[in-house]
Amino acid sequence: MRHETLLALTALLAAPLPAGAQGFAGMGTDAEGFATPAPDPRFEFPADHGAHPDYRIEWWYLTANLEGPEGTAYGLQWTLFRSALAPGEAEGWESPQIWFAHAAVTTPEAHHAAERFARGGTGQAGVRPDPFAAWIDDWRMAGESFDDLTLRATGPEFAYEVELTAEGPLVFHGDGGYSVKSEAGQASYYYSQPFYRAAGTLTLPGGEVAVTGSAWLDREWSSQPLAADQTGWDWFSLTFESGAKLMAFQLRQTDGGTFASGTWIAPDGTTEALGDGALTATPLEETQVAGRMVPTRWRLEVPARDVAVTVAALNPRSWMDTSVPYWEGPVRVAGSHAGRGYLEMTGYE
Amino acid sequence: MTRAALSALWSFWRRNPLQLFTLVAGLALATALWSGVQALNAEARSSYDAAAAVLGEGRYDQLVPRSGETIPQETWLTLRRAGWQAGPVLEGRLRAGETSVRIVGLDPLTMPGGAGPVTQAGDAPLATFLREGTLFAHPEVAGALTAALPRPVVADPGLAPGTAITDIGVAQEILNRPGALSRLVLAETQPLGRPPLAEIAPELVRQTSRQSADIGQLTDSFHLNLTAFGLLSFAVGLFIVHGAIGLAFEQRRPMVRTLRTLGLPLGRLIALMAAELAAIALVAGGIGVALGYALAASLLPNVAATLEGLYGAQVSGALSLRPAWWLSGLGIALLGTALAASGAFWRIARMPVLAGGGRRAVALPAGRRHGRQAALAVALMAATPLVLWVADGLVAGFVALGALLLGAALALPPLLDRALALGARWARGVRAEWFWADTRQQLPGLSLALMALLLAMAANVGVSTMVSSFRLTFTGFLDQRLTAELYVETESAAERAALRTLAAREARALLPVLTVETRLAGRRAQLRGLRVGPTYSENWTFLAREGAVWDRVAAGEAVIVNEQLARRADLWPGATLELAPGRSLPVAGVAGDYGNPLGQVIVGEALFRDLFPEETATRFGLRTETPQALRTALVEEAGLDPGQITDQSALKAFSLEVFDRTFTVTAALNVLTLAVAGFAMLMSLLTLAGMRVPQLAPAWALGVTRRTLGRLELLRAGVLAGLTAAAAAPLGLALAWMLLAVVNVEAFGWRLPMFLFPLDYARLGLLALAAALAAAAWPALRLARTPPSALLKVFANEA
Repeated sequence: MRHETLLALTALLAAPLPAGAQGFAGMGTDAEGFATPAPDPRFEFPADHGAHPDYRIEWWYLTANLEGPEGTAYGLQWTLFRSALAPGEAEGWESPQIWFAHAAVTTPEAHHAAERFARGGTGQAGVRPDPFAAWIDDWRMAGESFDDLTLRATGPEFAYEVELTAEGPLVFHGDGGYSVKSEAGQASYYYSQPFYRAAGTLTLPGGEVAVTGSAWLDREWSSQPLAADQTGWDWFSLTFESGAKLMAFQLRQTDGGTFASGTWIAPDGTTEALGDGALTATPLEETQVAGRMVPTRWRLEVPARDVAVTVAALNPRSWMDTSVPYWEGPVRVAGSHAGRGYLEMTGYE
Repeated sequence: MTRAALSALWSFWRRNPLQLFTLVAGLALATALWSGVQALNAEARSSYDAAAAVLGEGRYDQLVPRSGETIPQETWLTLRRAGWQAGPVLEGRLRAGETSVRIVGLDPLTMPGGAGPVTQAGDAPLATFLREGTLFAHPEVAGALTAALPRPVVADPGLAPGTAITDIGVAQEILNRPGALSRLVLAETQPLGRPPLAEIAPELVRQTSRQSADIGQLTDSFHLNLTAFGLLSFAVGLFIVHGAIGLAFEQRRPMVRTLRTLGLPLGRLIALMAAELAAIALVAGGIGVALGYALAASLLPNVAATLEGLYGAQVSGALSLRPAWWLSGLGIALLGTALAASGAFWRIARMPVLAGGGRRAVALPAGRRHGRQAALAVALMAATPLVLWVADGLVAGFVALGALLLGAALALPPLLDRALALGARWARGVRAEWFWADTRQQLPGLSLALMALLLAMAANVGVSTMVSSFRLTFTGFLDQRLTAELYVETESAAERAALRTLAAREARALLPVLTVETRLAGRRAQLRGLRVGPTYSENWTFLAREGAVWDRVAAGEAVIVNEQLARRADLWPGATLELAPGRSLPVAGVAGDYGNPLGQVIVGEALFRDLFPEETATRFGLRTETPQALRTALVEEAGLDPGQITDQSALKAFSLEVFDRTFTVTAALNVLTLAVAGFAMLMSLLTLAGMRVPQLAPAWALGVTRRTLGRLELLRAGVLAGLTAAAAAPLGLALAWMLLAVVNVEAFGWRLPMFLFPLDYARLGLLALAAALAAAAWPALRLARTPPSALLKVFANEA
């Protein structure tokens, strides 16, 4: 997931990305010496919560649906990206690892975002697996363990500090954490912790707000950008009132087709992979934001699970005005299943 | 009809090529002076902009060390981890072969607003910058760097001269300063909830962007001076254009009448004439722009050296042709022509169809016009002190200057008229009386050229007085400040120890140079600690003092402030200055400190060490009778590098060289303006000569030979130029006073004492006289050779 953002950012960093040289999944390393994901992964924790500098791209991606004391809904995002100019790590300024991060708070009326950049090797940013800490500048997601984290970020007009407590197991997408991204075989390692309970404080222009809710953390790393014919990306993480959860994404192709995939997560954390064809996502309504049309109401159907819902943005203007801009914000789910979640959309030019 | 009219209009220039030449040459010269100066300014500015864009100077606040030269990288990290959005910069000099290159290392990821070549050029991707250790260098130093470093070097003309930009890690490596930073550039927007600077990095000081832009203010004033000069030159040139156009239109009155009686509507006629003038203006403007470019290209190296020497601003020595610049040159040529022609058009428009066939060789009754002109002149000159009294600032200074010059120029014809009337009263004999009367009668025709001469001479007197006073003051100041024979820059404690041992044995005195930049009296200022001794007490002079200045300073009971600070913060002897919380001392003396953009406070060494105990002196002055021997000993015994030792005389020579370059620029502009004024005179005399034949014919008929007439013409030019020079001297001195006492104080913060250079003025006067005589020579010669038949015809035509 989120390849598109990373692809664009990597392009910004101008690391050469010859599409033909990327090779297929499971081929070991690519032309530039980056490791590539292989099927049947065996994860080791807590080590795999940390960084994998031999892979080109990686992220720690947290989104939260929160509620204030008056019942006002809020969304929160905290993302740390790693993008390597070359495999491996080095001390000091020599480090080829580029780190950058996005943080945002969404209210029904407003959307506040900020971003940070750093280089590895100096200590300005990094991820340590045990005890877990991911940081860039003063932004931080850290705790005794991966199940018990404190999250903080600050921007020119907002700040937050939220406690996260895991109330369920890690969830592995695709084939045991090996998630295929295209018919050509591009793939990534991908697992999530979608069971965080969240409580904390948002600092907004109007003052401080105490909030509670739930959060979803995605971990993903790979070395392969999207296939050459993939232009953009729509990604959903939904939590239904029944306790079940759904991760679904579709990669849009230049020919108008899509490659869709997802994971059905039962309340106890057991999963069922949804392959291409098992789900459909159809835009229902577009909003003009930042000079372009972005679909902010969707029809999402998973026939095998009798899911037929509409997904609507809490704030259709949840535009991330960052170096590489995209749409990311909290959503409301109605229809066969009610609930809430997060939506990310990239590649809408 | 339009075609016929056009060809008739053009035929006039064909028949009078000299007038066409005057018009084109005047306009071209005016445009050349104006656009040449503009080119110099534009080039220098774009050089600063390049530097500022790369370094974020002037745009962003910065954090700099309170004392010392470097910031540990850990301090930057601590700030980042606390939320402070700051980008690290390391700056240093790298010797590459014969040249010294300024290396600027930065981190493109955290640099606010992006980083120089990475975002500016767009073709320098981040990966190249970060991974390949590439240096982006100004083309002038790229070659030397390539030869000196085993790293890729890319020439980038967008960078400041003598500068190379690279990744911070590369800079730390090639400058051999691992883990060291020079300063931190702060982003404009900072996140909420950062701890205050004093809590996490008390050793850093925040420098606001306004303070870092000090250099900008200084160089701005230099440019303002140049611009004023350019404008003045343009005004001088416009006098020529105005004269040429006025004359041509007067002479074309019969043609205008004929064309109109033939049925050409007035509107179309004026439109045609305007189009004709516009075409001439464009051609002349084009020539002027080309001339201006040549002028700027030849002067730019001097201007670059001046700016660098005076203010440390880097300016490229190469000129590039900017569209905005040559377009503005053409624009100003058109505008100037329009301005100069507006009166002529107005008269044509009001001319009755059948009237105005005759030419008006004898100008308007002088009395009424002089009266009005004199009133306007008095009003303008009265406005000068008023502007200075009401408003402050550089602009006000220049407005006042403009009012004074214009007023004086307008006052010139009435004054000359009075002077000539006086001459006539004393005249004995018919011929003398006729000479004065005839000179007076010619005044209107020559007044524009004489005004141009007045302005050119006054500008010369004023500017050379300013520059010479500056030089005199500055050499005195250098003698006072650079008293030690040798200056030594040390790099380590070991070197300092060796220096101390050697100095105790070989030198008369070792004087540490203790300076920190801090905030005093609410401003960024330098605090300097001096080891008080005969070196200072014998050489320093004060602008204002109270009591035994040096004794009080040595005892830590008083401070000395420089003039800049004294003026800005109103700190004169008797006032009190707070050096540190709860630590206030009276001001005992105010000293001149020319060329320093900052305020400076001088205290005794003991007090300085008390206030800044962590500060170590790295520069030392050495007093000795035998500088050469000491220098050798420093290199051979103390193991210092010869490059660390500066000979005072070399330093002085360099400073003076900077001033001499300023002179070159000023002198060149001086000669050019005088030449333009001389040209104006020549053209006026030439055009008058033709019209004057009817006036001279009776004198000839009464027995005055043509030779004598020619000599009288020459004498007339000499008298007029001499009178104008006499008027120009006081005007020039007033101009100099305003430049030194008003403009300089506004621009630099110090007032220069004014010195007079009577010999220079006399030389200038002679030069102006020579220019006038040279201008009059040809018309006089032509007059002397006028065929008698031409003079006779006057009487035939009159019948």
